[in-house]
Amino acid sequence: MGQKLLMKGNEVIAEAAVRAGCRHYFGYPITPQTEIAHYMAKRMPEVGGVFVQAESEVAAINMVYGAASAGVRVMTSSSSPGISLKQEGISYSACAELPAVIVNIVRCGPGLGGILPAQCDYFQAVKGGGHGDYKMVVLAPSSVQELYEMTVEAFNIADKYRTLVMVMGDGILGQMMEAVEFKDKENIVAVDKSWAVTGTGMKRENNVITSIYIKPEVMEAHNNKLQAKYKLIEQNETKVEVYNCDNADVIVTAFGTVGRIVKNVIKTAEKEGIKVGLIRPITLWPFPVHAFEKYAQTPKAFLSVELNAGQMVEDVRLAVNGRRPVHFHGRTGGMIVTQQEILDKIKEIIK
Amino acid sequence: MFNKRINVFTGHFGSGKTEVAVNYALQMAKRNEKTAIVDFDIVNPYFRTTDARAILEENNIRTIIPMFANTNVDVPALPPEVNSLFQSEDFKVVLDVGGDDLGARVLSRYMEEISNGGYEMFFVVNVNRPMTDTPQKIEEMIASIEESSRLKVTSLVNNTNLLQFTTWQDIMEGHKLIEKASQKLGIPIAFISCMEENCGSVAEHTFSKVLLMDKNIRLPWDNIC
Repeated sequence: MGQKLLMKGNEVIAEAAVRAGCRHYFGYPITPQTEIAHYMAKRMPEVGGVFVQAESEVAAINMVYGAASAGVRVMTSSSSPGISLKQEGISYSACAELPAVIVNIVRCGPGLGGILPAQCDYFQAVKGGGHGDYKMVVLAPSSVQELYEMTVEAFNIADKYRTLVMVMGDGILGQMMEAVEFKDKENIVAVDKSWAVTGTGMKRENNVITSIYIKPEVMEAHNNKLQAKYKLIEQNETKVEVYNCDNADVIVTAFGTVGRIVKNVIKTAEKEGIKVGLIRPITLWPFPVHAFEKYAQTPKAFLSVELNAGQMVEDVRLAVNGRRPVHFHGRTGGMIVTQQEILDKIKEIIK
Repeated sequence: MFNKRINVFTGHFGSGKTEVAVNYALQMAKRNEKTAIVDFDIVNPYFRTTDARAILEENNIRTIIPMFANTNVDVPALPPEVNSLFQSEDFKVVLDVGGDDLGARVLSRYMEEISNGGYEMFFVVNVNRPMTDTPQKIEEMIASIEESSRLKVTSLVNNTNLLQFTTWQDIMEGHKLIEKASQKLGIPIAFISCMEENCGSVAEHTFSKVLLMDKNIRLPWDNIC
């Protein structure tokens, strides 16, 4: 391992992208993710890359569409309202099977909402915020070190499947400082991109990148192809952290930074003789259904803790499938769940 | 360390200015100085002086925060109450300024008041931050902050850390780098700041000028017990 540095989550995302070979970044500032663009503006010229502050989020995602079509590693980033603006371009890119990385450092909503942290874009990210039957891989890191490693991995997954990958963190993760240790050499998995539109040189048929298929039979066949790809991703790329779940009285589910809050609650609960487990989905899509199936009969109940009004809890209920009660605790508006609140809720459940 | 009336804390964003400024104010108050602290950061949305408001006010430190700090908007509005600190000389003042030249620009508005009040302008350095990890980058950062604030940095603070992983050796290695910048610029290192829980005992034995700090800016998963 290489040098240990103290970095802000947003800076690490940008540095990780550069290390992963991304030389094209298009973005538009919005709190709490603006440091990504700030860092890229300085860093890209040093590595011969391209930084463009686009005129809007809509423009930025369409620049991503263009760069990805040319077969280069490309990234854009924003925060909740900005990601909403990008949805059309996201759906188009998904249909055109373009590999790209999209970062959402989530702030509270709905509407203009505010600059404080939240996890209220879970539905938008995993259920398809844009139109049509598409999926994108959604990674939910919980520390600055994970932000680094998962951002690099996001580019590999994107290239491997010709898919969009979203790295989703809340504002705390983007803004917080933490020690990060960069690897001496990144694991960059190069893939053949002979599909890219890079000029035929009059030596081959032209490639076409499109999201329109005029004949309905062909459009359906393309949909089936996408669905088969999503099945494959579900089989290969599901990631989850399972902690302390054997013989647990209650299993808490949480993603991102909330997972870290829960880990401290587990320590406190242990002292009071309550065994609490944690299932932390690392990929929000594909959702780690298998982990829930394995532990479905273990606890008295499940408790999903989120910085929203109850979103991932729906997937938890589908996975647990009625075998145990599934409770929910959440905060909204930029408020953060406290360790005490979670502990109280656990006690209420097992009473 | 606590001589001047106006104490300005500048630095690269993420250098730890806020934690240093809060601890500096707390220790100044413990010396029975009438102390005020201003959250002058209109750049950074999270993790700010305002987070430590309770402990500051418990210690009778007058705490002035921007109108919209820790709310859901990032409006870069300065608190009008600041003017009172320049008009009367009742208080010793700690100004916690935002990071980089962008954050320091706010000082330019009060350049005359600060100059006339007798001030120390600290530049807080953590050499584990990538933008201040060489003497040259430290010099460049100081130059850009001086330009946008229209004030001169008068003292350096070695706040080298890796949060909970900090060792005394890390701090000493940082010190060597900062000393190089210090010599070249002719700006003295005022003190080393470090968390008491990491390096407290070593620090007290090795250096006379150490600001031993408690962690006041906390994360939601820090220990509650």
